[in-house]
Amino acid sequence: MSGFFKSSVGRKVAMALSAFFLMFFLIIHLAVNITSLFSADLFNELSHFMGTNPLVQFALQPVLIFGVVFHFVMGFILEIQNKKANGVSYAKNNGGANSSWVSRNMIYSGLVILAFIVLHFIDFWFPELNVKYIQGDMSGMHNGEYRYFHEMVEKFHNPLRVAAYVISFVLLGLHLAHGFTSAFQSVGSTAGRKKTLQNIGKAYSILIPLGFIVIAIFHHLTHNH
Amino acid sequence: MNLTLKIWRQKDSNAKGQMVDYKVTEISEHMSFLEMMDVLNEQLVGKGEEPVAFDHDCREGICGMCSMYINGEAHGPDRGITTCQLHMRMFKDGDTITIEPFRAAAFPVIKDLVIDRTAFDRIQHAGGYISVNTSGNTQDANAIPISKHDADEAMDAATCIGCGACVATCKNSSAMLFVGAKVSQYALLPQGQVEAADRVQNMVAQMDLEGFGNCTNTGACEVECPKGISLDNIARMNRELMKAAVK
Repeated sequence: MSGFFKSSVGRKVAMALSAFFLMFFLIIHLAVNITSLFSADLFNELSHFMGTNPLVQFALQPVLIFGVVFHFVMGFILEIQNKKANGVSYAKNNGGANSSWVSRNMIYSGLVILAFIVLHFIDFWFPELNVKYIQGDMSGMHNGEYRYFHEMVEKFHNPLRVAAYVISFVLLGLHLAHGFTSAFQSVGSTAGRKKTLQNIGKAYSILIPLGFIVIAIFHHLTHNH
Repeated sequence: MNLTLKIWRQKDSNAKGQMVDYKVTEISEHMSFLEMMDVLNEQLVGKGEEPVAFDHDCREGICGMCSMYINGEAHGPDRGITTCQLHMRMFKDGDTITIEPFRAAAFPVIKDLVIDRTAFDRIQHAGGYISVNTSGNTQDANAIPISKHDADEAMDAATCIGCGACVATCKNSSAMLFVGAKVSQYALLPQGQVEAADRVQNMVAQMDLEGFGNCTNTGACEVECPKGISLDNIARMNRELMKAAVK
């Protein structure tokens, strides 16, 4: 079995499995965030649950971090191997004749997403770790009320941050436009080549990033006084 | 037609190659691309210059030797064809045509447009066969019932001519369409089952050893394949390898 994951095919499968996990995570993350559009209280409750539940914090979160790191590191390793496999470059190469731009540039959309994750961690995750595990304040309260909604809204005051988020999510959409169906192919399923799953993939890669974009812009416009 | 050709010239596998410009005149649009190359070479020989070396054998689209990357595409700007089946009517008078060998670290250039594809042979030797005693008492293959669907898919996979267009086209220089086809043609048939696990493991291991890249499912190989080998074969190879790993 260890030999399987050392092979080129096995690594593809591993990339796809981590991708499935991350795509599932995006749905959960969006589902929580979207509540902020209509109920600050519900958003606060859910954020507090996610941020303090031991199962989420000490079982799911490490798996998520591992999944993210693995997907990026393996992506880079495969890209380096692929470049090495190319040999001499073509003087003229018409890639657009036989494949989509997004499928040929997953590494670049991936790099933008990586840059976004760094920004996102600096914005939310690191301060969160600091408050909870370094300062030891697990209450989730600030001045007598839950702090989560307020902290998020504050972040979206800055139009540059909102712009960075929007651009990143557009690139995430492009990454998913190829990645969603590609992951099915990698685990040996031809379902990704059929109309049904291609349409689901299209819908997923548009709706998920669009949801995050709407949330960022909504809070920028409605709380920017 | 009068054409300008930009052709990769490389003296031998150790030499540093370069693109060289040539002019050809009075090319008929009915000619095949290789016949156009013949005209160029006759010109060059007439002038006492070294002709452009290129591989060709059957000139009817089944040998898979004519490894030319023409205007940025394997076998040029047409679908379901090899270079010998590419006609000059696909080009216009006055065009500049760029002609390069198939590129991949695993396909080193031997000379000009001739490449070494023995990496494919070694992958085949690793498992692309079934072990049958040819003693004269071999069972008639037609006596084994096979569903029409499986027989058709196996036949489709078996039409791969090993030309290497998939590798040349792939941005990762991956050989997975070739190996997927060779694995599939046996995986679909009862005769292939006995050695199925060893076959896929050994062929994938050899493919990796040869230094081919990793598939990222762009689908370019399927589009450029002269025989229309389907990406489904790569998915099948992935399934076969997973099956072999848990066996």
